[in-house]
Amino acid sequence: MAHHSAYYVPPQSHWPIIGAVGLFLTLGGAAALIYSLQQESDSLLAQIMLNSGALILAGMMIGWFAAVIAESRQGLYSPQLDRSFRYGMSWFIFSEVMFFFAFFGVLFYIRMFAVPWLDGEGDKGLASMLWPQFEATWPLLEAPNPDQFPPIREVINPWHIPLINTVLLVGSSFTLLAAHKALKREDRGKLKGWLSLTILLGLTFLGLQIYEYIHAYTELDLTLKSGIYGATFFMLTGFHGAHVTIGSIILLVLLFRVFQGHFTPESHFGFEAGSWYWHFVDVVWIFLFTTVYLL
Amino acid sequence: MSAHAETLHHGPAKGFSRWILTTNHKDIGTLYLVFSLIMLFIGGTMAFVIRAELFQPGLQLVMPEFFNQMTTMHGLIMIFGAVMPAFVGLANWQVPLMIGAPDMALPRLNNFSFWILPFAFTMLLSTLFMPGGAPNFGWTFYAPLSTTYAPPSVTFFVFAVHMMGISSILGAINVIVTIFNMRAPGMKMMDLPLFVWTWLITAFLLIAVMPVLAAVVTMVLMDVHFGTSFFSAAGGGDPVLFQHVFWFFAHPEVYIMVLPAFGVISEIIPTFARKPLFGYRAMVLATASIAFLSFIVWAHHMFTVGMPLAGELFFMYTTMLIAVPTGVKVFNWISTMFKGSMTFETPMLFAIAFIVLFTIGGLSGLMLAIAPADFQYHDTYFVVAHFHYVLVPGSVFGIIAGVYYWLPKWTGKMYDEKLGQWHFWLSFIGVNLTFFPMHFVGLAGMPRRIPDYALQFADFNMLTSLGAFLFGTTQLLFVYILVKTVRSGKPAEQLPWEGARGLEWSVPTPAPYHTFTTPPELDKE
Repeated sequence: MAHHSAYYVPPQSHWPIIGAVGLFLTLGGAAALIYSLQQESDSLLAQIMLNSGALILAGMMIGWFAAVIAESRQGLYSPQLDRSFRYGMSWFIFSEVMFFFAFFGVLFYIRMFAVPWLDGEGDKGLASMLWPQFEATWPLLEAPNPDQFPPIREVINPWHIPLINTVLLVGSSFTLLAAHKALKREDRGKLKGWLSLTILLGLTFLGLQIYEYIHAYTELDLTLKSGIYGATFFMLTGFHGAHVTIGSIILLVLLFRVFQGHFTPESHFGFEAGSWYWHFVDVVWIFLFTTVYLL
Repeated sequence: MSAHAETLHHGPAKGFSRWILTTNHKDIGTLYLVFSLIMLFIGGTMAFVIRAELFQPGLQLVMPEFFNQMTTMHGLIMIFGAVMPAFVGLANWQVPLMIGAPDMALPRLNNFSFWILPFAFTMLLSTLFMPGGAPNFGWTFYAPLSTTYAPPSVTFFVFAVHMMGISSILGAINVIVTIFNMRAPGMKMMDLPLFVWTWLITAFLLIAVMPVLAAVVTMVLMDVHFGTSFFSAAGGGDPVLFQHVFWFFAHPEVYIMVLPAFGVISEIIPTFARKPLFGYRAMVLATASIAFLSFIVWAHHMFTVGMPLAGELFFMYTTMLIAVPTGVKVFNWISTMFKGSMTFETPMLFAIAFIVLFTIGGLSGLMLAIAPADFQYHDTYFVVAHFHYVLVPGSVFGIIAGVYYWLPKWTGKMYDEKLGQWHFWLSFIGVNLTFFPMHFVGLAGMPRRIPDYALQFADFNMLTSLGAFLFGTTQLLFVYILVKTVRSGKPAEQLPWEGARGLEWSVPTPAPYHTFTTPPELDKE
């Protein structure tokens, strides 16, 4: 059974309410900004809300995590509390898995049902009468109504940048593993080296992804607006890219903490949580590469 | 370590900051419950508007556009604002007390989960005052109603739902981690009280499906503002896809709103029957089976949308399977009462009414599960009757029963039993008067979500409206009872209910601000 030294119950904290206000301003500001763009009205207040909200959220994260790290380094945390963090992070990652699961589900539904049905397959024959000239293909270059959703000239070649990105991201999982091993061996020099290399790989991935997006928009006419292929492509790769960005920030914070002398071979949950997140993002990419780019 | 002593023995802070900055599971539980009560009245006011308009045929009070906003907001507020937070409130109070934990596993995160909610609902309610009005597409926000034809406020709706989702996910993570990691030494999973078990499974469902809700509202936002075509056939998408993703979230959501009520009832029935729960293991397995099935039945909400026959059949049969574990539960509750020494205090009355009326809702659910028959029932008042029977005398009665049951331990005071009985009987009559006639008008073909109706439905609708007014007003009595208990209730005993078992009753009455700072010794029976 568990060790039951007293469980640390923190005293009152102002970080959660700051976080709630920050979240409200960020999301409310984002909503107001999008709303005012749509209504073509003045968006100054929305921008102020969004930016101040984002700043408050960033400050909250720094302050809250700093408080937790300080408590941990004071030795307030029992092994039981350490498990709470581990379980908590695992379930959080599970929720992220379900988020991506929904988008992959959308992709499969579109490819297996929606697009063939529009071409008259199955017993939903009526759908095919709307756009008789429509042909079901995948990648879907031309949407049923090309006037509303302009056609794509060409899709991304998976064997160029996406392949390089796959090598980079899978490689970064291994370099992170090496960093973890170095941390356990108390080899701080190698830890810094491998962790920095991981971040470098992550940032290179992001850079190439941005390049690919620009290429898609400017040369391939592959955009969010180019029908369902563009929509699923940018939604999946976009949310994945956002997660790589968050993961990179987490790794940067970890590197900063390594330089501060944090983490011991026995106790380094922050490092492990960050690396779990990174591996998760890597696994999502492997699914993405196969189902979005390759197949 | 002196820091320990300090942090473990701090009492409640003075003044209002106690409620804003608190990390205490009991404070946060109270916040959730009070918030949910406020939302119940806001959502209830909207139901009043709906029922007042439907009191007689013809348009009398509100315009159809506003009527649609009322049905939409009523649903959203009752689901995400009243029922879900109430159960999280009960979990906050009871889970640590029932498993012998000093608090929730992640107390600061717990506070964050709660305080997101008032902001989320401020955002949602603010849409009522926006140009174009509040969301009017029903709480199910089907595309293209929520995309092509949506009012501009849909943007705020999307972000408000995101906030509610974040709150729910973080809250559920806290519950699940608490149950897995904070049990008193020696308490095995199969020793857990059933309320804790049902919440464990509910928390799993929440973490699994709230992200799917986040995904679907995000796609709505993208379709509205950024030119994607997820739900537009002109771009190769499919409006039916919206329904698939939405119901993949929303069907488990239905069980999220009722499994904890099952748990509450499973605590109350044994207490007042003075017998242990019949078939504990079967109850746990039944709950888990219901949760599993909830993931593979979603398209039974979409029988009329035009699915392939294989789909219709698959979803019909899986849906009917749910009757098996649910039947096990009802059977076990009844068997628990069988030959028990029963008394009928307010919590027990609500619990028994739960069993009877929830079963009615379950049986109309079975009728709706039959795909060919559903073509007749779909989008009629029969559906409205069905889900209100499982949600009002189901979930809401479960919550009220739980509040009456644990109130003495929370406040140290006893509620006025006579007023409690009045509250029960008025609610019972009100709820049946409201929702039972809906079955008849529904079967006769009255469509839902409509401000006007054909003359032949007039009598039943008037009855329904009268019942709704009775039920709604009766809940003011509930507030009065709660206030009276806290202010001037008689002191409650350590064990206010003769037959009650469990760790929560081993702490003093009222439960001190901090309980089980050291884990309790379990006496094995």
